[in-house]
Amino acid sequence: MKRQNEPRYIERVREHYRRRREAGKPVFILGVETSCDETSAAVIQDGTLVLANVIASQAEVHKRFGGVVPEVASRRHVENITLTIEEALDKAGKTLEEIDAIAVTYGPGLVGALLVGVAAAKAISFARGIPLIGVHHIAGHIYANRLVTEMRFPLVALVVSGGHTELVLMKEHGSYEILGETRDDAAGEAYDKVARALGLPYPGGPHIDRLAHEGEANVPLPRAWLEPDSYDFSFSGLKSAVLNTLHNASQRGETIEPANLAASFQASVVEVLVEKTIRAAKAHEARQVLLAGGVAANRGLRAALTERCEQEGLALVIPPLSLCTDNAAMIAAAGYIDYLKGNFAGLDLNGIAGLPLSDRTMD
Amino acid sequence: MRVLAIDTSNLVLSVAVVEEARVLGEMMTNLQKNHSVRLMDSISGLMDELNLLPDELAGIAVAQGPGSYTGVRIGVATAKSMAWALGIPVVGVSSLQAVAMNAAGFSGGIVPMFDARRGQVYTGGYRTQEDGSVALALPERIVLLREWLDALSEEWGDSPMMFLGDDVAMHRDLIAQRMGRRAVFAPAAFNHPRAAHIGWLGIRRLAEAGSPHDMVPEYLQVAEAEAKWLAKQNG
Ligand SMILES: [Zn+2]
Repeated sequence: MKRQNEPRYIERVREHYRRRREAGKPVFILGVETSCDETSAAVIQDGTLVLANVIASQAEVHKRFGGVVPEVASRRHVENITLTIEEALDKAGKTLEEIDAIAVTYGPGLVGALLVGVAAAKAISFARGIPLIGVHHIAGHIYANRLVTEMRFPLVALVVSGGHTELVLMKEHGSYEILGETRDDAAGEAYDKVARALGLPYPGGPHIDRLAHEGEANVPLPRAWLEPDSYDFSFSGLKSAVLNTLHNASQRGETIEPANLAASFQASVVEVLVEKTIRAAKAHEARQVLLAGGVAANRGLRAALTERCEQEGLALVIPPLSLCTDNAAMIAAAGYIDYLKGNFAGLDLNGIAGLPLSDRTMD
Repeated sequence: MRVLAIDTSNLVLSVAVVEEARVLGEMMTNLQKNHSVRLMDSISGLMDELNLLPDELAGIAVAQGPGSYTGVRIGVATAKSMAWALGIPVVGVSSLQAVAMNAAGFSGGIVPMFDARRGQVYTGGYRTQEDGSVALALPERIVLLREWLDALSEEWGDSPMMFLGDDVAMHRDLIAQRMGRRAVFAPAAFNHPRAAHIGWLGIRRLAEAGSPHDMVPEYLQVAEAEAKWLAKQNG
């Protein structure tokens, strides 16, 4: 039987939106992020000002397993979710009454983990008639930059973390074009694997970065440029080359200075990331280059990208570390663009592990 | 007083709104999928039919597990978040007890079960109470079905036992072989959990509800990675 009227939820959301837009007050977005191992909630004002950004990290829990265990992460999320959201509202000095919309990550990520945040956001949205916005996790990483400085288009964003390595072109707000992405491991994944081979603890990125600064990049390792015109990445060959180098050395009874190997590995990763980013920025006449994602904390990458952007006269933005790793402020910042467009999700929003980053521009 | 009840802990999705003495509405589907997509629309649809707004709810009752880990989490995350947002209490009800309620009134043992793979089941033993509900007589557990049937024989002797749950079908031969004439198999509709039962059980415990923040699933077993890690620490 077909329903005669719209669901009252939709009427309530529409009324909420209309009333608050007419009031012309600042816009407060509640962000929720649970795509991997951080339970995070944030409140931001007008898409740019962070009032609160609470991150309940599970890093300590997963350390003992040598990597994120999805089932363990999902269990923690469900334990922490409402507490984290409440803490964010308290820190921001806001109540749900004052929230204009709830923006939640719905992919990509660990599906069981995503589902907790999505279920919570939908439940709160339904309970209070607050508009719901589904945010792509990579869009969130890119919008972390808007919490630092205004975005200028066209821009090229390099998003690197344990889960992703993407080069994205944005011609305007809410519009994303993937220029290149990894064909195998994410950059952060390669770091973790190489770190394990070197006997370094998880997560390996910071340890390799530190070691690399103590060593010399004198071990010959390949650079995966792929096809001349490609902006894609590949790190599995490099990772294998590192493992082979270690293996061969031990077969010959030689030792390789771990610091030198770390420095050589990092030099290879950084060179490819930086040069492809610069080439993309020049080809698309980018007015801004953005670096985002957890690997943006890497000092070697920051230094090299900064230097090359200066050489080429490109404006580079790198958010502070707290906004580079997974957090809900960046999700709320990305959601704000959808809020202005009235681009809301329904109660059937789902968590999607392999969600593509499509062009979300709406008329 | 109206309470919203939710069960997404296994294959069935069920939602209901109940008062102390009657069920206002209930929706149950056995599509065996997409709880994440369908749960909130189901709640919204049922409440629209009943002409109720969320702030007219006095509490929420949710199937807390055991069951599908993801399914349990969808229900619990939804229930605790809604309760928190509305400032109302939330109580958890055993997913096994919800199914056992279908056999309330049965004078023998009541044995709800869900398959837990590798020959194991989530189960427990229930008995009918004077107030018309069922109460736990043999603690809930995850156990090899063979061992469980032995335990039931020991505990309940010659008493008839009703086996309930969608997954009983896949174990029916073994149960019939071991338990013989003591085994009673319920009519099909008794195998599905009904949110109305969860609401009815929950509404009577609303006063004892803690903070919504403390509502967590009851998985009956630690995550596999954690079990392995713990074994390594102790070994
Ligand atoms: Zn991320």
